[in-house]
This record gives sequence, C-alpha cells and structure tokens, in this order.
Amino acid sequence: MKYILLMSGTKAGVDGYLAWSQKDIDAHMAVLKALNKELTESGEFVATQRLAGPAEAKVVRGEKNGLPVTDGIFPESKEFLLGYWLVDVATPERAYAIAARISTGPGPGGVPTNMPIEVRQVASYDQRKS
Amino acid sequence: MKYILMMNTMKAGCGVPSWPQKDLQAHIAFMLALNKELHAAGELVSAEGLSFPDQARQVRAGKEGKPITDGVFPESKEFLAGFWIIDVDSPERAYAIAAKISAAPGAGGAPLNMPIEVRPVMSAPPKEML
Amino acid sequence: MSKPWDETCEHLLRELAPQILGVVARRFRDFVSAEDAVQEALLAAFTQWPQEGIPENPRGWLIQVASRRITDQLRSTIARREREELVAREAETIAPLVGLESDMDPDDTLILLFMCCHPALTSSSAIALTLRAVGGLTTAEIANAFLVPEATMAQRISRAKQNIKASGVPFLMPSSEERAQRLPTVLHVLYLIFNEGYTSSIGPHLQRLDLSREAIRLTRAVRALLPNDGEVLGLLALMLLTDARRSARTGPHDELIPLDQQDRTLWDQAEISEGTRLLTAALSKGSVGMYQLQAAVAAVHDEAARAEDTDWPQILALYELLMRISPSPMVTLNHAIAAAMVHGPAKGLELLKTLDSDNRLAEHYRLDAVRAHLFEKVGNSASAIKHYRIAAAHTTSTPERNYLMSQAARLDQS
Repeated sequence: MKYILLMSGTKAGVDGYLAWSQKDIDAHMAVLKALNKELTESGEFVATQRLAGPAEAKVVRGEKNGLPVTDGIFPESKEFLLGYWLVDVATPERAYAIAARISTGPGPGGVPTNMPIEVRQVASYDQRKS
Repeated sequence: MKYILMMNTMKAGCGVPSWPQKDLQAHIAFMLALNKELHAAGELVSAEGLSFPDQARQVRAGKEGKPITDGVFPESKEFLAGFWIIDVDSPERAYAIAAKISAAPGAGGAPLNMPIEVRPVMSAPPKEML
Repeated sequence: MSKPWDETCEHLLRELAPQILGVVARRFRDFVSAEDAVQEALLAAFTQWPQEGIPENPRGWLIQVASRRITDQLRSTIARREREELVAREAETIAPLVGLESDMDPDDTLILLFMCCHPALTSSSAIALTLRAVGGLTTAEIANAFLVPEATMAQRISRAKQNIKASGVPFLMPSSEERAQRLPTVLHVLYLIFNEGYTSSIGPHLQRLDLSREAIRLTRAVRALLPNDGEVLGLLALMLLTDARRSARTGPHDELIPLDQQDRTLWDQAEISEGTRLLTAALSKGSVGMYQLQAAVAAVHDEAARAEDTDWPQILALYELLMRISPSPMVTLNHAIAAAMVHGPAKGLELLKTLDSDNRLAEHYRLDAVRAHLFEKVGNSASAIKHYRIAAAHTTSTPERNYLMSQAARLDQS
C-alpha cells in the first residue's frame, strides 16, 4: 500500500530552520539519511523529495486563452509543503511508525521537533505502463 | 529542472464532486490525457492522486517514539489532493503545464481555473563553492 | 574460442555501440531506424553473450544482428520492387562482413555527435540522446543518473529521435562551415553532462553513474577526431582540471568544502598535469576561446600548493578577458570575486552593484552568496549572515543550501 508522508511548515518556521547551528544541521541530516537508507534496505522506499522554499513558489491559473497567470504571493502564516516521503508498506500502522520516526528528528539543541507529519494513502495509478 | 505542481483543496471541497457523470468522466479523461502527453514528452517524473482528507492522519511521536495519530484537522486547512513532479527545461514550461491543469473541466464542462502551486524540487547540482 | 562474459564485456559493448551505430546508420541512411536496431542488437548481446560467451568477432556479430533487424522491419513495410532492391543490398551486407567493417569511419562518431546535439533539440534531449547513442549507456543508466523513471527517459530519447527524423538531417558529415557553427553546441552538451555529474550524489540512488567520467570520455573521443581544435582541447582541459579536485570537494558527511579550504593533497595530480599540458597545447594554437580561458582559471587554482599561494592577479586578468569574449552574469560574479582578492573586498562589493539590475542573473541566489562572502571579508557579519540566509532560501540544491546555512550559522555563533 502506498502512503505519502507530508512535512509542512510556515515561512516563520523555515526562517527559523535557516538559522540553525552547524551541529544541529548535521544531526538533522544524519537522521534523515539513516532513515532513507533503512527504508531502501527494507524495500519500502519509493521516493522522497525536498521542495524549494516559498520564495520560489508560484501559484498558476489558466487564463481564458489558456496562458498561465502567475502569482508569487505567499502569506506569512500560510502552511506549505516542505517535502514528502512516498513509501510502500504492508499496513497503515507501519506508515504511521515511519511518520513518527520523522517526527522525532532532532531540531535545535538536539531536541526532537515533534512536528506533525500528515499521512495519506496514495491512489494507485501507475504512470509507467502506458 | 524538476518542479512539483500541487493541486490543493479545502476540506469542504473534497470528496467526489456532485457533477453530472458526463462531466466527471470528462474531467478524468482530461487528466489521463494530460498525463499521457507529459509522459510522451519525457517530462513526467511522477503523478499521484491522494485519498480524500477524511482518511488523512496527523502523526506525532509520543513516548518512546510511538506514533500518536489524530484525524482532526482545522476546517481552514488546505489539503493536497494530488501532485505532479515534472522535469522540464524552463520555469515557463512548468507554468504552462500548470495552466493546463488549472483549466481542467468541471461542472458543465467549464474550466475549473483551480490555483496550482508550482515550486522547484531541490534537485540542482551544487555549483563550485568559492 | 569465445571468451567468457565478465565486467570488461560491458565496457566493450559501450565502446562498440557508437561504432556499430555509425556503420549501420551510414549503410541504411537512416539514423533513427539504425538507433532502434542497434539497441535491439545490444540487448541481444546482453542476453546471449553471458550464456554463450563473447563471439570471436563481436563487432561483426553486432553489425550483422542490427542490419538484419533493419531489413526485417523495412521488409514488412515496403513494396515488392523496393523489396528486391533490398534483397540485393542485404546480400551485399551479409556476404562481405569484412567489407562492411572496413566501412568503419572514425568520423562516424563525429557525425553521431552532430546529430545528437542538433540545435533543434532541447538540451535535455540532446544530453539523453548523446549519452545513449554516443556514450553507449542504457536507458536505465541514464534515467538513474538524472533521477527520473526509466520510462520517462525512454520517451525523452524516443522524442529526440523523432525530432531528428522530422528535421530531415541526413547521416552525413556537415560541411566544414556547418561544423564550425555546430561544434559549440556539441561542446556545450558535453559541458552540461560534466556539470550534472559534478556532484557526489547522496541519497538512495547509490549506484548513480559517474556522468563526469562519461563526459571526459566522450570529450576525449571528440579530441581524437579533432586534435587541432583549441576549444575542444580547452574543454577537455577544463574538465580534467576541475575533476582533479573532486575528492576534496565533499567532506565525510557529504558537506561541500569551498576551494580555499580543500585538502589539496587529495587533488589528482595526474589529471592536473594532463589538463595543464592540454591547455598549453590549446593556447599555442593561437585562438583564445571561452573553454580555454575557463581552463586557464582552473589551472591557476590547481597549481597553487596552498590557497594563499593562488595567483589572483592572473585570475583577474583572465576574467577580464572572459568578460570581453564571453560576457555573462556568472563571469561578472567571478570577476568580482577575483577583484576582491586583488583589490580588497570593498572593491568586489562595488562591482557586484552592477549586477543588481541584471535580469539575466537567473540564479540570483549566487549574487547573495557572493555578497555574503565579501561582507564577511569586510567584517560586516550582520550583512553576511543576512545574505547567506537569503541565498540559502533560494537555492534549489540541497548540498548548497546546507553549505550556505552553515556559513551563516558559523558567523552567528562567533
């Protein structure tokens, strides 16, 4: 069963993250790297992506003639997606357990961030066979 | 350059829309054709539709890293309904694809004009450091 | 006696692929069909040779199989009259296999390169097709290198071939005038491949192909065919002189290490020697081009035993030349850094102001990163920290973002 694990944040949160100390950055990266390695070895890893910050975001609508209209405005308090993991697991409980691991990732001073990770099941829709 | 194109919806707007079946089928056909086109162009990296928010769970780590799941979200929260990861040669091409998605047909066959969020995926190789 | 299959056999196939493609494409005057047929022949080799051992004449085997594939395909789609013509041609093909082999023209690889790097193709298409047709890589290997699904890469390659077919370009060596015009595109594609590979990749895709090595290998092939072209020599020199530093570029936790802090004992002296030799040969040709100048800058860095020994005035002079013959915002940025090293950081900051209004600086975060670096040198920590963080928020490279954040963190703590 495929699940997506979503990590979100706000602009204030990201600004805080950009100000972490070297040690905290390294510790955080090490935990994520170890998790990815583990998931790869267990065969549960499908994909993970980190997304660029809201400074790089655009919201696009289609205009009447089909041309894109872009708008780069992002309210300060708006939550946005920071990144995700796609995993293929046997049970929803396993998906929640992996999410909990991500949630215990260390933040400033090595304290677990305890951030909420949203877990959603993915509709199976294999693009590769067409 | 890889981009993520995100389709967000409000909780209230989620679920199977109450359009006539003909319109629903037109919408689905539109999305399938779009994905096929992106795949044929060698631009589609992945496309996923997510299950509806009533099945979403928020997970935090509790005692000893055990997951605590919660299915209650604020009414104002935006949910990711689906996303595309594309690999294109310019941001303009990413916006053009987003505009197309935005114009997907809805009730009565009229373009939905949904806002599609476009953001780069962290994927560039690092440049030579000073 | 046939040889048993081993690792070197994959290398053999990779070397032979473009040669076979050249022969077959020329014989049947159809690059696209030839490419398809050669891929099938390679697949057949991959499946059969491990079981049966390598044939005594692997090249001949592949040519024969590929030729048969094309004629089979053509046979099913053409009229009887043409079919007879084809049978005659096929007899020609199969009988004197030796004759066909001596048909092999080293220029075929060059023709292939010109086709794959056709200006009608986008960079990503040209890169994919070049790696496939000239590099002999499998679609899976290329997909893995660029972190896209195999099916996506297959489509990209397929589309590229269709575009070439639609453009009607014949499988012939372009005129020398056309060659002069199109060679820069070929070199640019090779340069892009090198750059894409110039990152030690981390993450779950642990078996990523070394694109930098591929780029160097392909550029060597071009150099063998065009031994007197200054820019070809310059590009190869640039790649070697840059690649020489790869072991020193990243730390134990995959963090980026800037040039002035690298452990220079880890630099590859053999590559530096070769790169420098090639550069000298290139410059002796008289003309001076963009790759040669960039290689010269790399050479000046590489010849310094310690960072403080770097001949910055020479680098500054080289960037001044580059600004004249190949101006770009990146060149201006690098020029400002060199000027700062020679005339002081304040001078560098001043030069950066000219870029503030430049819309072409697509990667504006680089401007903030350089600015931050210079503010630090001037002693303005607050501004340096601010600009490092702005740059970190805008880069789309994770290793780079981590590096910029670390720089800010370092200053913030002191």
